[in-house]
Amino acid sequence: MSASNFSDAFKDTREAKGTCPFNDQNDPVTMLLRFKDVRKTAHNTKGFSSAAKPGRIVVPSEVNIRDTRQIPFEVDPPEHTEYRALVEDWFKRPLDPDYENKLTQIVEAEIERVLQKGSIEAISELSLPIQSKALTLLLNIPLTEAQTWISWGTHVFRSEDSDLDADKASILYDYIDAEIDKVIAVPNDSLYSVLLNSEYQGRKMTKEEVKGVLILTFAGGRDTVINYLTNTIAYLAEHPEAIEKLHNNPTLVNTAIEEFVRYFSPLTHMGRVVKEEKEISGHVAKEDTRVSLCWASANRDESVFENPNEIILDRKMNPHVAFGFGAHKCLGATHARQLMKVFLRVFTEKVSTVEIMDAAENIEDWGAHKRKVGFNELTIKLNAK
Amino acid sequence: MAKITYITKAGEEIQLEANSGSLMELAVKHKVAGIDGDCGGVCSCATCHVHVAPAFYQKLEAPTEIESDMLEFDDNVTEYSRLCCQIPISEAIDGITVNVAN
Repeated sequence: MSASNFSDAFKDTREAKGTCPFNDQNDPVTMLLRFKDVRKTAHNTKGFSSAAKPGRIVVPSEVNIRDTRQIPFEVDPPEHTEYRALVEDWFKRPLDPDYENKLTQIVEAEIERVLQKGSIEAISELSLPIQSKALTLLLNIPLTEAQTWISWGTHVFRSEDSDLDADKASILYDYIDAEIDKVIAVPNDSLYSVLLNSEYQGRKMTKEEVKGVLILTFAGGRDTVINYLTNTIAYLAEHPEAIEKLHNNPTLVNTAIEEFVRYFSPLTHMGRVVKEEKEISGHVAKEDTRVSLCWASANRDESVFENPNEIILDRKMNPHVAFGFGAHKCLGATHARQLMKVFLRVFTEKVSTVEIMDAAENIEDWGAHKRKVGFNELTIKLNAK
Repeated sequence: MAKITYITKAGEEIQLEANSGSLMELAVKHKVAGIDGDCGGVCSCATCHVHVAPAFYQKLEAPTEIESDMLEFDDNVTEYSRLCCQIPISEAIDGITVNVAN
């Protein structure tokens, strides 16, 4: 099996049943696998809440390792609408030409750096540094701060043998607490300061709320971006013709990034807590139980996508839900898309071919379903143009 | 060359001319408020929702099922709603007016 093949883990169950159970720390989740069910449920914020106990809508649940509510992610409308409006403009900054230029410089420097080396481990030596350095732009803080995040390694929120490790998670939470205190003492023009000066319901945002936005920003955009970049590299290694096609046809990059994110679906699913009992594809979702919106399964639904298991770089109609759907669609998507575009542009300009020397797949365990989401290790050699 | 008028939620009228691309691409290029086109035109984000002037709505090719399904879940949907990434610019739509929906 090739490294860049990511099979459709949910196909049989999606077609036969539409839902499947997953036992998560005695708080079971019913995963919704069909595209239509996923979109309809994501849209119904009244019947399916995000405002449960902090950490509960995440699967695996984080209720035992986190008390801070992630904002606006773990809030329902109408409160969600006001929080989201406070941060929306800031998270559209990636569209500014100046932001795009700085992002391009970061990616160029990183790719040039690894081209000097022989073989590299792509996650730790390329994807993580690019993700971390790009994040400094989103927070509007000095590039050097990325070194701290890079030093945390790829398992900052998870330990090698567990998805949930309170000690690991506290590294991030303690760091954010300390940074907020620093910015309270010496205000600057970072996201921290902007949030500390924002008003919610006529009062200043609290430290806890600011922390909630920042945890979301750090956690939501780390593994997802790293997997996206690494998986894309694996694809380009095994499809050298795509490197030339993308390099020679800049508009193809626009459809290619949407197709990669559909196919790789870096976030497998996200939960909701049922507020109003409802039947979904035969599953009776009872009040106060959990369902999850399985973006990864919906994105391979044959009733919506032609040849769903093929990467079609110029796919014209691609209504994927890789960034979620509805009111809670990914806040960082503008940043992610800009990074995805810049990465493809720079990579295909500087690299002629990629060789995969060694690969260890990262397989998620969702009970009856095992899903490849990326790699634990991908050793590659990049050849310069 | 087709003349296209966008009317934003704030009531601003923006007249543009073009002969290729989509109504979304033209609007994004000229920063028409309320048309974001986040997904670049693959019908995944519904950030290019417009109401087409009734006289022109019938002249357009009917929306695909994918587009209709996207609109089903958007705010401010009317019988003249379209995602303007799915409306190609050509002589056939010369003189069209669209109101930005959100």
